[in-house]
Amino acid sequence: MDNNNERTNQYVIFKLEEEYYGVAINFVETIEKVLEITRLPNTPHYIKGVINLRGEVIPVIDLRTRFKMGEKTLTEESRIIILTVEEMTIGLLVDSSSEVLTIEKENIDNTNSLINHTEDDYIKGIGKEDDRMIIILDILKILTQDSQEV
Amino acid sequence: MDMSQYLDIFMEESKEHLQSMNDILMQLENSPKNINLLNEIFRIAHTLKGMSGTMGFSNIASLTHEMENILDDIRNKNIVITAKVIDVLFECFDELESYVDQIEKHNNEGALTSQDLVKKLQALKHHEDIGEAKQPLKNFEVSDDAQPIDITINHYTNDIIKKAIERDFNVFSIKITLDKKCMLKSARAYIVINTLEKLAEIIQSTPSIEDIEDEKFDLSFELIIVSKCDEAYIRKELNGISEIESVEVLDFKNTRYSVEFSEEDDKNLEKFEEHQQALDSPSSENKKEEANSRKSKTGKTVRVDIDRLDNLMNLVSELIIIKTRLEDIDDLEKRQRMNEATEHLERITTSLHDAVMKVRMVPIERVFNRFPRMVRDLSKELNKEISLIMTGADTEVDRTVIDEIGDPLIHLIRNSIDHGIEDTGTRLRVNKDKQGTVKLSAYPDGNSVVIEVEDDGKGIDIDKVKAKAIDKNIISLQQCQLMEDNEIIQLLFTPGFSTADKISDISGRGVGLDVVKTKIEALGGTVEVNSSINKGSKFVIRLPLTLAIIQALLVVTGDEKYAIPLNNIKEISTIEANSIRKVQGNEVVLFRNTTLPILRLSKLLNVPNYVEDKLEYTIVIVKKGDRTAGIVVDELIGQQEIVIKSLGKFLSNIKGIAGATILGNGSVALILDTNSFF
Repeated sequence: MDNNNERTNQYVIFKLEEEYYGVAINFVETIEKVLEITRLPNTPHYIKGVINLRGEVIPVIDLRTRFKMGEKTLTEESRIIILTVEEMTIGLLVDSSSEVLTIEKENIDNTNSLINHTEDDYIKGIGKEDDRMIIILDILKILTQDSQEV
Repeated sequence: MDMSQYLDIFMEESKEHLQSMNDILMQLENSPKNINLLNEIFRIAHTLKGMSGTMGFSNIASLTHEMENILDDIRNKNIVITAKVIDVLFECFDELESYVDQIEKHNNEGALTSQDLVKKLQALKHHEDIGEAKQPLKNFEVSDDAQPIDITINHYTNDIIKKAIERDFNVFSIKITLDKKCMLKSARAYIVINTLEKLAEIIQSTPSIEDIEDEKFDLSFELIIVSKCDEAYIRKELNGISEIESVEVLDFKNTRYSVEFSEEDDKNLEKFEEHQQALDSPSSENKKEEANSRKSKTGKTVRVDIDRLDNLMNLVSELIIIKTRLEDIDDLEKRQRMNEATEHLERITTSLHDAVMKVRMVPIERVFNRFPRMVRDLSKELNKEISLIMTGADTEVDRTVIDEIGDPLIHLIRNSIDHGIEDTGTRLRVNKDKQGTVKLSAYPDGNSVVIEVEDDGKGIDIDKVKAKAIDKNIISLQQCQLMEDNEIIQLLFTPGFSTADKISDISGRGVGLDVVKTKIEALGGTVEVNSSINKGSKFVIRLPLTLAIIQALLVVTGDEKYAIPLNNIKEISTIEANSIRKVQGNEVVLFRNTTLPILRLSKLLNVPNYVEDKLEYTIVIVKKGDRTAGIVVDELIGQQEIVIKSLGKFLSNIKGIAGATILGNGSVALILDTNSFF
C-alpha cells in the first residue's frame, strides 16, 4: 500500500474545521453527498452509522468525532468520501471536499517531530501547496486501528 | 502442455470418485461376495488411474494401478476378500485421499508415501498367488493390465451370461425389424424395449439404447436379453406390437457372437453393472429403478461456479428491493394501476427467487456420505458395535450450509458414539441390543431443515452435568437448584464444558458442544438436546432453508426501524405497563402462567432521546431454543421479505446486530440478532 502512495502523488483534499486533509487517491472510490445515515447501536461513537450506497451497506466514520473535534450539523457542503482499503469499504464523513491535488514527495514533511497528539499516528505527513498546509492521513492506520477498537 | 486449467475439474471429479469408492468399500465390507461392488471399485480405480496419469500425478496412478491388480485378482477369485483385504483397500483409499488433498493445497501430489502400501498390496497378491494354481482361471484370459477396461467388458458379458445360465435363466438374442412405414421408429422401439423389460433384463442392445432413443438406427436393432420366460412367450408378446415387420428370437447358445465392444465408456460399464445387479437380485426391481433414476439425474447436473450463483442471487435481491419500493408508492390514483404491475412483479420475483435458491440447493447426502466410514472406524477403535442409520439424505440444503455443517455433525456423532453409547458389556447388562444405534436423519420442516442425531445410549446424566457445572463455576449451587432438567442439559453447550471422565482422542476435550452451537447459530440455526436416562439422547439441529433472503418483522423503537427475523419470533402480544415486575433487577411479566423476561429494545440499543411514557407495551416474544423473552417495541410495521446485507469486514461482530437490509424507501434497517440479547 505504501508503495502505491509513493507512486501516485495525487491526493483527495477535504476540510475539517479550517484544516485541509488529504488521502491518497488510490484508496478513494467516490465522493458522495451525504445520504441518509442509519445509526449503528453498540459501536464506538465515531461510527456515525451505515448508508445505502447503490445497494451496498457501507459504514460511515465521522472524522470530526474521530479527531475529537466536536460535532457539527451537516451542511450542503458535507461529503462522504468512500474508500476501499484491504477489502474494507468505508465512508469518511467530512465537512467538505472539492479538489484533487498533486503534491510532490519533496513537498511533504515528515511529522513525527512536529506534532505530538494522539491522532499523531494517523498523520503521514504535512503537504505544502500554495501556502496551504495539507495534513496527509494514513488511511490504513485509521481503519485497522479503528477496527481493533471496535 | 499446461494442465492447470484442468486441475479444478480433476479435483472435483477425483473427489467424487473417491467418495463413491468409500461408499462402495463400506458396502463391500458388508457383502464381500457382491461382484458388482468389486467391479465398481475397479472401475473407479481405473478412472482415477487414467485421470491422474493424464495430469501427471504418478503417485496416484501407480497406487491405483496396484489396486487394480489386487482387485482383478479378487475378481478372478485368486484372492478371497477378508477383513484384512478390506482394511488394506481402505488404507489405499486414505492414501489416495491424502494425495488429492495435497494436490488441492499445493498443486502437486507431494512425495511418494505409498511404498509401504504398495508392498502390502503386493504381499496380499503373492500370498494368494499360491492358491492360484488350485483355482485356475476359468473362462477368460487376463491380459496385461495395460488395457484392463477390455478385460472388464469381456468379463462382464461373459459373467452375466454365465451366471444367467447357471441360474436357469434363458438368454436370447432378438432381432427386431420395424415396418418400413413406421413413422416414429424410436417410439416403436421404445414400446418393444418396454415390453421386453417387463419380461426380461436387456443386457445388451445394438445400437445402444441411447441411439435407439435418438432414432439413430435403420429399421432393425438387436437385443440380448436374459429372462425366465421361454422363447415362444417372448415371441408372442413381441408379435402383439404393431408396425413390426419381423421378430427373430434365438436362444443365445445358438447365436454366433463375438465380444466386440469398441466403445467402452463409463456409461456402458455402468449399464452392465446395473444389469448384472438386476441379475444378482432379480426380485429387487425397485432397487434397479432407483439406481437408474439416480444415474440419469447425475447426468443432468451442471457444475456452476458459486460466484456466478451469488451474482444471480444479488440480482434477485435487487429485484426484490425494487418490488418493495413499488409497493410503497402512496399516490392513490397511480396506485390502482400500479397494483396489478406490482403483483405481477411479485410473482416473478418469488419464482425467480425459488429458482435461484434451488440452484444453490444440494442434497445433504454430500455431508452424510462421509459418516458411515467414520462410524466404522470409530466403532473399531472404541470396540463398540454401532450401526449408523441415515435417513433423508436427499433433503436439500443451501450450499453454504453443506460446507459448514460437516464439522458440527461429526462432533455430534462422535459424541454420541463416545459418550452416548455404552460398551457392549454394559449394553448387554441393561438388556439392550448388543449393537448400538446412531440415527442421523434430515427432513425439511416448513421454512427450515431439521437434522437430528439420535443415539440409544445411556442418555445424559443430569446430576453429573450439575456437578460438573458447579465444579467448573459455570453456575452456582443456588442457581442449579432453581434450574429445570432441560435448562441443565443446555449447559452442555457452555464453553469449556465436558462431562467425559477421561479425555479421549475422540471427544472430551471440552471444545465440543459450544463450538457446535456457535457454528450452527452462525448459520442462523438452533440446536437443542433431548435426553432420557438409559434411553439415549437426541440432538436436534434446525437450520433456515435460505440464508440470503428471509422473512422478517419490521419494528420501530424511538424513530429507528429494525428487522427481527421471523424464525426467531414466537408470537406478538401486548402487556400492561404495570404488570411488569422486577426480579433481581430484571424485568419480568407473568405471561400465560410463565414468567417472561422483558427486554426493552430502546435500552438494548441505547436509542438516543427515548421517552418512556406508555401504559401498554407491544412485545415481540422471541425464542432461543426453549427459552423465550419479550422485547418491548414501540410499533410494528409488518412482515416483509428482506435481503440480508453484510455490514462488511470493518464492522463484524456488533453486539445485537446480525446484518442490515435495505428498505423499500432506500434507507437501511438493521437486522437484530435476538439470540445475543438473552
